[in-house]
Amino acid sequence: MNVTFTTAENEFRSEVRKYFEEEFPQDVLEKQRKAIPLTRDDTVRWHKHIYRKGWAAPNWPVEYGGTGWSSVQKYIFYDEQARASAPAFLPFGVSMVGPIVYTFGNDEQKKRFLPDILEFNTWWCQGYSEPGAGSDLASLKLRADLKGDHYVLNGTKTWTTLGQYADWIFCLVRTSSDVARRQEGISFVLVDMNQPGVSVKPIVLLDGEHEVNEIHFDNAHVPIKNLVGEEGQGWTYGKVLLQHERTAITDFASSKYMLKNLRNLCAKSIKSAEPLSKDQNFMRKVAAAEVELKALEYTELRTLASVASNKAPGPESSILKIVGTELRQRIDSLYLEASGYYALPYVRDQYDLSYSEKNRVGEGSETNASLVYFNNRKVSIYGGSNEIQKNIIAKHVLGL
Amino acid sequence: MDFSLNEVQTMLADSIEKFIANEYDFDTRQKHSESNLGYSEEVWKKFAELGWTAVPYSEEDGGFDGGPVDMMVIMERLGRGLIVEPYLANIVLAGGALRRAGNSAQKSEWLHPIINGELQATLAFTEPQARYDIANILTTAVRDDESFIINGSKGYVLNGGNSKLLIVPARTAGNQKDQHGITLFGINSDTEGVSIQGYETIDGQCAAEIQLTNVSLTAANVIGEVDGGFETLQLVIADATFAISAEAVGIMNVLTEKTIEYTKNRTQFGVPISSFQALQHRMVEMYTACEQSRSIMMWAAMAVTENGEISAHAIHSLKYQICIAGTRVGEEAVQIYGGMGVTWEMDVAHYFKRLTTINLMFGNADWHLDRLANLSDP
Ligand SMILES: Cc1cc2nc3c(=O)[nH]c(=O)nc-3n(C[C@H](O)[C@H](O)[C@H](O)COP(=O)(O)OP(=O)(O)OC[C@H]3O[C@@H](n4cnc5c(N)ncnc54)[C@H](O)[C@@H]3O)c2cc1C
Repeated sequence: MNVTFTTAENEFRSEVRKYFEEEFPQDVLEKQRKAIPLTRDDTVRWHKHIYRKGWAAPNWPVEYGGTGWSSVQKYIFYDEQARASAPAFLPFGVSMVGPIVYTFGNDEQKKRFLPDILEFNTWWCQGYSEPGAGSDLASLKLRADLKGDHYVLNGTKTWTTLGQYADWIFCLVRTSSDVARRQEGISFVLVDMNQPGVSVKPIVLLDGEHEVNEIHFDNAHVPIKNLVGEEGQGWTYGKVLLQHERTAITDFASSKYMLKNLRNLCAKSIKSAEPLSKDQNFMRKVAAAEVELKALEYTELRTLASVASNKAPGPESSILKIVGTELRQRIDSLYLEASGYYALPYVRDQYDLSYSEKNRVGEGSETNASLVYFNNRKVSIYGGSNEIQKNIIAKHVLGL
Repeated sequence: MDFSLNEVQTMLADSIEKFIANEYDFDTRQKHSESNLGYSEEVWKKFAELGWTAVPYSEEDGGFDGGPVDMMVIMERLGRGLIVEPYLANIVLAGGALRRAGNSAQKSEWLHPIINGELQATLAFTEPQARYDIANILTTAVRDDESFIINGSKGYVLNGGNSKLLIVPARTAGNQKDQHGITLFGINSDTEGVSIQGYETIDGQCAAEIQLTNVSLTAANVIGEVDGGFETLQLVIADATFAISAEAVGIMNVLTEKTIEYTKNRTQFGVPISSFQALQHRMVEMYTACEQSRSIMMWAAMAVTENGEISAHAIHSLKYQICIAGTRVGEEAVQIYGGMGVTWEMDVAHYFKRLTTINLMFGNADWHLDRLANLSDP
């Protein structure tokens, strides 16, 4: 047993670190450090930057423009990305629809969609959930009726993250209701949102941000060439995608650096207050989270090591989503507590780099703790809620 | 990066597993535990023959140069088998002190027979007033010309009733809680002034209360430096903490596996109780606790400093995790077994008791968490 990295792996780490420290757009990093939401432009700009570096798709095969990195290199890359407080890749293109297209799509679809995903010329969003279909996704109703060479879509998708910025949406739709199992009759289609039949309505979340949307389809058109794979097989393709989503959500690396920073924050005295490091009760909670984090780190590394030696990830990988999201929420609540009263001001203008320092209430970063805390309640709900994850482990890992 | 065992470790693991499967079922374990001695001498000899008792020692001392990973392999399996034979007391505690601080005469007199399974030994690591602070020592060793006169009492001495060799930390200088001024003595249990009251413990093992009244020793009994025994003591206890944590990981896994099996076979309301979601989610949590504990155990096994000792940070983290996860897994297993879980007859109850014991040894969750909280840069 050993957890040492090879010389080549360590050199790779230095290269990635240097990129984030010196080349990556530094204003984006600053916003990230202050938990200021990124604009659409920011997001497009940094994705294009990383594309020019050749690192836009660590998870793709080389033939489609992937990096060809080993699983250890990927781990190192994501670790450095988080260490620099760089934002994580927007998953909808590169982690979600991209792999579906290169796995199940035809050559024409690959040529048409993959390069734009890679270069971030198109912004994708995910249309799975519906008002009546959340955890029970197979009960989805959005209808797609074949009329000549195109489908006509009618119905509603909801919770669509950043759909307000998107050019395209990939959807699970119902192409047939006359089926034995509800999982049948579902198809996977790619929909151009720039058409009169598609309208986007904002849903504001509890932190006041417009992050998700309800999307209405009113006789929207989808040419049949935008059907991925076979009609009626969408559920099988969609399931593969959920696997990608679950491991991505864990976001272990950013939890690691947040917790490190929390120790530093505790050691400092904010506005002449007694440093929190003197508060044994609080520091015990920090320490407990650190133990959980260390365990999670090694569960991740164990998974990584089995993948690296070409074995399937062991059953231990199934717990990553639950443990990772619970830990993340625990860390967020520690930040909340650490901020005290100054978690409470809700001065939205000051979540902007141009806001005058003189007028800032509190210390800026601490006042964002509550918004991060509120926003991240989502991580145990989406991507298959943690209860659904437990159902899956009970059935497929424990055989219950 | 590699989490697999090497060839030697795999063979070691296999041989212990085979022994448990073929020769150490639960009824046999109970028989050993309930015997006068509290374990089986025959089994202990076998451990020595198979070389398991030699693993952590250097080749020079007659051992196999095993490190924490090897110890992990052994202890996890001893946990799975709920073994009562005194491996911890002899090999990790007494032998651990001797291999670190003993001179060559002491090694041939004491360590070699320990490794050969011929001498029963232990380390008296705590006193009634000390709780988990191993520096808290009231037992005194007063120099009188060429000899040391020892007075004091030691509590919960594992394997104390059966041990011919007692390794006893006593104060040669300093105040009650000072780390400096502690000296380790090797004492033959039949020395005048040593009185031993042996008893059973809740986990089916044995311990003793020991009184030392004007026990007269010479410099030959001193293990290591006079006044300088604390460091050894601390390293041995860290090692022992690691060992029982690995044992706990073995136990937690057995409990989780057994609970899953039990729920598949137990029918209520016309269906196996494994179909109830309230129970499924709790078993997923037990499983998660096992995996997370295994992960942190593996980290600890690899978090060694240049001198081959596990870092204090790793030990505190591991034991904290084990206390929290172990309590959860043990209590849940019993709950999910229902009435059967609280009967003496069921092995589950005894695994639970051993976990509970481990929880209270060498620092509970709060003890270790306090130390972690105070680290400035973990
Ligand atoms: C911020 C945010 C962003 C999202 N982004 C997207 C997106 O971009 N695209 C998209 O398609 N979807 C998105 N989602 C939707 C997300 O996938 C769903 O919210 C999720 O699947 C849960 O569905 P639901 O909200 O309808 O809750 P419900 O399914 O109604 O669940 C309510 C509660 O019941 C529990 N529950 C449900 N079924 C079971 C069961 N069988 N056993 C035990 N407990 C159960 C759940 O765990 C939950 O606690 C997003 C959600 C959020 C909050």
